[in-house]
Amino acid sequence: MVSAEGVHKRFGRLEVLQGITLKVDPGEVMCLLGPSGSGKSTFLRCINHLEKINAGRLMVDGDLVGYRQVGDRLHELRESEVARKRAEIGMVFQHFNLFPHMTALDNVTCAPIRVKRVSREQARERANELLVRVGLADKVGAYPAQLSGGQQQRVAIARALAMEPKLMLFDEPTSALDPELVGEVLAAMQQLARDGMTMVVVTHEMGFAREVADKVVFMDGGVVVESGPPAEVLGAPRHERTRAFLSKVL
Amino acid sequence: MSSTEVTSGAGRPDDIVAVPVRRPGRWVAAVIVVVIAAAIVRSVVTDPHFEWSVVGEYLFATPILEGLVVTLELTVIAMIIGILLGVVLAVMRRSPNPLVSRASWLYIWFFRGTPVLVQLLFWYNIAALYPKLGIGIPFGPAFVHPDVNSLITAFRAAVLALGLNEAAYMAEIVRAGMISVDEGQTHAAQSLGMTRLQTMQRIVLPQAMRVIIPPTGNETISMLKTTSLASTIAVAELLYSAQLIYSRTYKVIPLLIVVSIWYIVCTSILYVGQYYLERHYGRGATREVKARQWLKMENLSASHDSGL
Repeated sequence: MVSAEGVHKRFGRLEVLQGITLKVDPGEVMCLLGPSGSGKSTFLRCINHLEKINAGRLMVDGDLVGYRQVGDRLHELRESEVARKRAEIGMVFQHFNLFPHMTALDNVTCAPIRVKRVSREQARERANELLVRVGLADKVGAYPAQLSGGQQQRVAIARALAMEPKLMLFDEPTSALDPELVGEVLAAMQQLARDGMTMVVVTHEMGFAREVADKVVFMDGGVVVESGPPAEVLGAPRHERTRAFLSKVL
Repeated sequence: MSSTEVTSGAGRPDDIVAVPVRRPGRWVAAVIVVVIAAAIVRSVVTDPHFEWSVVGEYLFATPILEGLVVTLELTVIAMIIGILLGVVLAVMRRSPNPLVSRASWLYIWFFRGTPVLVQLLFWYNIAALYPKLGIGIPFGPAFVHPDVNSLITAFRAAVLALGLNEAAYMAEIVRAGMISVDEGQTHAAQSLGMTRLQTMQRIVLPQAMRVIIPPTGNETISMLKTTSLASTIAVAELLYSAQLIYSRTYKVIPLLIVVSIWYIVCTSILYVGQYYLERHYGRGATREVKARQWLKMENLSASHDSGL
């Protein structure tokens, strides 16, 4: 579903990604771990072209991200084409980024109506189903400011799912939550993983990584230090750097 | 609940009853204010120069009311031009194309840098600069040649001057509103597949409105009064209509009072309008659930129940 080969990303002179190579298979849940500043979030944002990569190849579902290859030259995609690609990838943010001027229901129906041109009734029906699925059937008409952090994040998950994405990206979805609200968001994500969604999750929740992830990738300084099944990477890390990191967070 | 109830039973001390501090300064200040206010009121009511009977006579006089209509027309049209062009300029300012954003900067710089009265006179005399206006191919042949002197009437000159000047100020207000919307909102909208235009229209601008509305109300009130500058180029708005009358009757003060009364009435009406606009765009800004929202939520959950 996602394949990266030697992905580089610079911000000015700062090299944030220094050759990331990894692969996510359909239906797989991959957790990206690592200290802050290791480039996990940047990589995630590259996957749906919120950031442009400087070198390497990044593909989603067999297509290059942000470019079209004609012969041996790359052509930048037009804005509308980039938008169409993004619509197929759901993203959940650390700070939820719900639209504060819309109710929970409107947050979820907005993109399907405007982008996918789904009828209003259909979008509402689907949104109601999704909000029930994340346990928010009674919060349909509430504005984000009237919801707790955990509830807001679950609305954000429903909003992303409403576009029927083939891939979901989670950027530290529980980092901004009170400890007692983390569980409800992780439960919603676990359910999603069980339903077979392909997911890339940047997280500090080791418990979640161990239980739900099929593959764990540990990043530091813009490179992949090690990757493998959670039991290996978290249980018996081979690299000193991984060990040092895990000893602090576990 | 019983634990928080106010009781003077055992264990809870009685409420404090203390002698309040004396504040003689407050009394002195109050007396001064009352005395000054009384002096002003007395002067206004008893001074014959105010000529209140003349004020009453002209308050609803036809030329004054006609002037009022022109003032309102000027205000509305100039503000519409100002707001629309202001939004365009603000969006241009944020354009990735450097030429486009520079052009917007230059416009704002020029129109904020010159007095609106000078701009007004400029537009009024534009025919001296461009006697003929051509519509045709740029640098090529022109097809229509309207006469600028007859095209730019005094009213149109005033609309142009006030509207174009206002656009520069509105552009900055709209830009401030757009900056106030968190970048995460744009990212979220983009990640859902919205284009730049959709993001601007559906996500950024509606939220920016909360920041844009109060200063825009301010601008509208200011514009209502600035239209009086159009009297200098003989547009028959409220002030000019009054001037025409007092140049004939020499009742200067009463007519200026008539004019002031109408300006105050209009600005007061604008205050009310601004209140409702702010309330509309304040949706979702508070945690409080309003009565209207309750009704909507009931409806939603009802339709949702039947849908299952």
